[in-house]
Amino acid sequence: MSKVRVLVGTRKGAFILTADGKREKWEVNGPLFAGWEMYHLKGSPADPNRIYASQTSGWFGQVIQRSNDGGKTWDAPGGGVTAVPGQMPKGESNKFVYDTSPSGKPLTTHQWYDGTQHPWEFKRVWHLEPSYTDPDMVYAGVEDAALFRSTDGAHSWQELPGLRGHGTGPKWQPGAGGMCLHTVILDKKDPKRIYIAISAAGAFRSDDGGKSWKPINQGLRSQYIPDPKAEIGHCVHHVAMNPSRPNVLFMQKHWDVMRSDDAGDNWKEISGNLPTDFGFVIDVHAHEPETIYVVPIKSDSEHYPPEGKLRVYRSRSGGNEWEALTKGLPQSNCYVNVLRDAMAVDSLDKCGIYFGTTGGQVYASADAGDSWAPIVRDLPAVLSVEVQTLP
Amino acid sequence: MIRVVLPQHLRTMAKVGYELELEVAAPVTQRSVLDALEARFPVLRGTIRDHVTQQRRPFLRFFACEEDWSLESPDAPLPEAVVSGKEPFYIIGAIAGG
Repeated sequence: MSKVRVLVGTRKGAFILTADGKREKWEVNGPLFAGWEMYHLKGSPADPNRIYASQTSGWFGQVIQRSNDGGKTWDAPGGGVTAVPGQMPKGESNKFVYDTSPSGKPLTTHQWYDGTQHPWEFKRVWHLEPSYTDPDMVYAGVEDAALFRSTDGAHSWQELPGLRGHGTGPKWQPGAGGMCLHTVILDKKDPKRIYIAISAAGAFRSDDGGKSWKPINQGLRSQYIPDPKAEIGHCVHHVAMNPSRPNVLFMQKHWDVMRSDDAGDNWKEISGNLPTDFGFVIDVHAHEPETIYVVPIKSDSEHYPPEGKLRVYRSRSGGNEWEALTKGLPQSNCYVNVLRDAMAVDSLDKCGIYFGTTGGQVYASADAGDSWAPIVRDLPAVLSVEVQTLP
Repeated sequence: MIRVVLPQHLRTMAKVGYELELEVAAPVTQRSVLDALEARFPVLRGTIRDHVTQQRRPFLRFFACEEDWSLESPDAPLPEAVVSGKEPFYIIGAIAGG
């Protein structure tokens, strides 16, 4: 029978939740890396036992961890104890240095909150996206916004400088959570196509493996920026895609839920009858590419569900027409948030949907959202949720 | 041998106990101690001082012989009691945040 492995990053460690295909009885392992902020963990589609994790701390900075056995054991690649004193390490898995080479078209500043220019400063890795085909290749979206790639299993990292250097970088500015590159989507059918999203700059696409980039924000409207239709400056919270339809993208923006049917070249709003179109997460059903999920949040100043009711909203028509999914979710006095990387879907039939809250609950639905149950209730605030479907 | 005490999280990462010992060639300074520490435990590179600037991370402090050495030159010689191994060199995580 198939199994699922849910990878949960929290403010104070990581947890791995496992169950068989029924998804009724769960084993909870953790905390791993206790006390550290675990922004994101994700398994390699090419080798599910290979899992990458972003471990970070205001005290000690960034560390990348890697497991080769499905999360049982971990190490920082290239960071083990050196056998001979004085011998230099072979790899530096936590070294993220912005490209300043002449060929990298380096950018030195971006827009700061007060409109002045501010130097780029590395803070942390928000998102890790392993390659579909090569377990040693993994992308990292970082704050301050940039895209890095490792081709040696996270031993070393190189920036893809074409993103920061393509021309709009001086107009990027931090959102409330920092200037983070939080979304990285690879195209299973076209290895040269990469989508990324930055808060607060917008969405971008590369069609040449990350060498060159273009903004893909046509159709977005953001009333909180001087030109609501500007090419750059939109606070994109998350973007999702069903791998079978790589030209169709769904976006949860700061306000507005959007879709694109042409690989991001044009967007249209699909918020429809949502009670509020503010939110962070968005995801797509594994087998029904027109079925999408969001968790509406009251507003940008009140980061909790409207009316204290935790409701996932599902559209089976690709947007505009939404139904509230409430069975098993708290419908009173609930004031948690669901952060942008904290929803995931498995590929079982029926499709499983998972999300984590800032209140430490991880909810699962084994029936595409019709009903929900908590896997765990009292973890530290959940930053990210990913799921692996295992044979 | 130079004795070094790490904060708890870095002990876990380096898989060491409360205190560790390092061979450090003279002159014994903050820089030479940290160089030796990072060479012996590469996982600690970037966690105590920035990879590029080599600046101490803001929420870490260095102590020796009950004195705060955090703002001293990284190339200033450490006290003889540290050099002789009588006293450890402390790397302390600041009490900050929540």
